[in-house]
Amino acid sequence: MKTGVAGTKESNDALISVFESDMLEIEIQSIVDLMYHDQIEKVIRETLKEEHIQNIRVVCVDKGALDYTIRARLITALKRMKSDD
Amino acid sequence: MKNSLNREIPDGLKPFQSSSDFRHQERRLIPEKSPVDQSLFYPSLEAAFLAMDIKPGMTLSFHHHLRSGDQVINQVGELISKYDIKGLTLAPSSIFPEYRLSDLIIRQNITQIVTSYLNGPVADTIAKGHLAGELIMQTHGGRARAIESGELAIDVAFLACPVVDKSGNGSGAYGKSACGTLGYACSDWRYAKKVILVSDTLVDKLDSYQLDHSHVDGVVMVDSIGDPAGIVAGTTKITRDPIGLKIAEDTATLLTELGVIRNGFSMQTGAGGTSLAVADAVKKVMLKNQVKGKFASGGITGYYVDMLNQGLFEHLYDVQCFDLEAVESYHKNKNHIGISASEYGNPFENKSAVDRLDFVILGATEIDLDFNVNVTTDAFGKIIGGSGGHADTAHGAKITIITSTLTKARIPIIREKVRTITTPGSDVDILVTERGIAINPLRTDLLEKLSHSRLKIMTIRELLDLTYAIAGKPKEIPSGKKRIGYLEYRDGSVIDSLYDSPLY
Repeated sequence: MKTGVAGTKESNDALISVFESDMLEIEIQSIVDLMYHDQIEKVIRETLKEEHIQNIRVVCVDKGALDYTIRARLITALKRMKSDD
Repeated sequence: MKNSLNREIPDGLKPFQSSSDFRHQERRLIPEKSPVDQSLFYPSLEAAFLAMDIKPGMTLSFHHHLRSGDQVINQVGELISKYDIKGLTLAPSSIFPEYRLSDLIIRQNITQIVTSYLNGPVADTIAKGHLAGELIMQTHGGRARAIESGELAIDVAFLACPVVDKSGNGSGAYGKSACGTLGYACSDWRYAKKVILVSDTLVDKLDSYQLDHSHVDGVVMVDSIGDPAGIVAGTTKITRDPIGLKIAEDTATLLTELGVIRNGFSMQTGAGGTSLAVADAVKKVMLKNQVKGKFASGGITGYYVDMLNQGLFEHLYDVQCFDLEAVESYHKNKNHIGISASEYGNPFENKSAVDRLDFVILGATEIDLDFNVNVTTDAFGKIIGGSGGHADTAHGAKITIITSTLTKARIPIIREKVRTITTPGSDVDILVTERGIAINPLRTDLLEKLSHSRLKIMTIRELLDLTYAIAGKPKEIPSGKKRIGYLEYRDGSVIDSLYDSPLY
């Protein structure tokens, strides 16, 4: 199975892992989940749409990253998955 | 019942009116403890504990100068547990994560706590609602006032003391557990019904000491009063974070534009990396313009010791030494002066250190549109600190500046309403962030002086909107339902209530 990882567990960052899957699954563990869960999920969904990806498993371990950080980490993880042999 | 800041407070307690209301109040002083003929040396802490005849309902006090390394509060805690004394009030000046009090709270040995700062397991135990009575949070200066007025009546003070002499005099200046000044212990020593010094270093005669034997009922020598690694932190370094450095530089520019870095000025900052960066930026201005300040105060670090040694300040007024350099300097340099918590921040003290400050640099967990500051609870209602000297210095200093990034791990610092008011907005003048600076509209004098500033001055509402644009607007996290305590302002009035955290 192809996978890709990007990011860190440092404060203000997120560690995002993606795995090939035949369905869409998004798991979010965030220190600001109570405040920003929906926003984090929205950014992940929007980014996947822009990347034309429908089925994938995304695991986001978030340490308070801003939207652009989550987007960048996800795009990088996807690129790494593509080149994963 | 609501106070003047529209915060719900317990019925029957004095509501907060304003930060200067104490000026209309009389200072109340109970008689000082009568002199002791001779301090008794007890063979063990247990012997002293038993001799004090500690009963349910009594109040025991401690100071926190040994910080994370303190063993005295834990050793007394073990005795409370062994003799299973119930219903005690504990009044330590602060509570650190290493203090093992949670089981005593759950088993109702301790049913009320009065302190100025707490975090870690004890704070969590209380935020879960386990304390049978209430948590009363004071300021450092307010604690001194509460003790001298008899509002906080202490039955027995167990005071960790790094060195004692054979007469029963005590000091923190040296010894294997040296912590420097014992400023937070002075009121306890002066007014507690009984005072026990607990030490691990005995000398024949101390030449100078903060705690005179005349108020010391007993002395106990133990193997160790604390772990040196926890007593003094390693030297705090100036932050290398570019955002923190930008905030520090902008703060120094602001102070320069306001013209307050001038001969004879006085200042206080915290001991964190950004605070030290502000001190460093101020120092550069002082060197460039050949300015000599009168004093710096507060918890003192090696960084301020260097400034004293370079002749940049006449004196350091130190209520708490933060590192080894400060302890050493307090011991050896006569211009590094130990002061009591009362001399530091008691509202009724004539010429307290805080009242003589030109400016203070403080932090915030939350600040709201009225400039009220919370340093007591986090965004989720957990107890993560407390005033310490925050409200004292904010009121005393001519200019109070909060420095902070706009968000910390995405959580906005600026809120429409803070969860808990530690320091009233009327005493908070300026917020410096990495994106802009907001001035409290009450300070028309500062707005006027800064009307041609080269810094980016915005309203706090604009900074909040900017925060939302960057981080998104967070979902509201409700307050807990059960009241677990309250916050006393410096004058003893109640400024806000504390609730259990909705997280638990």
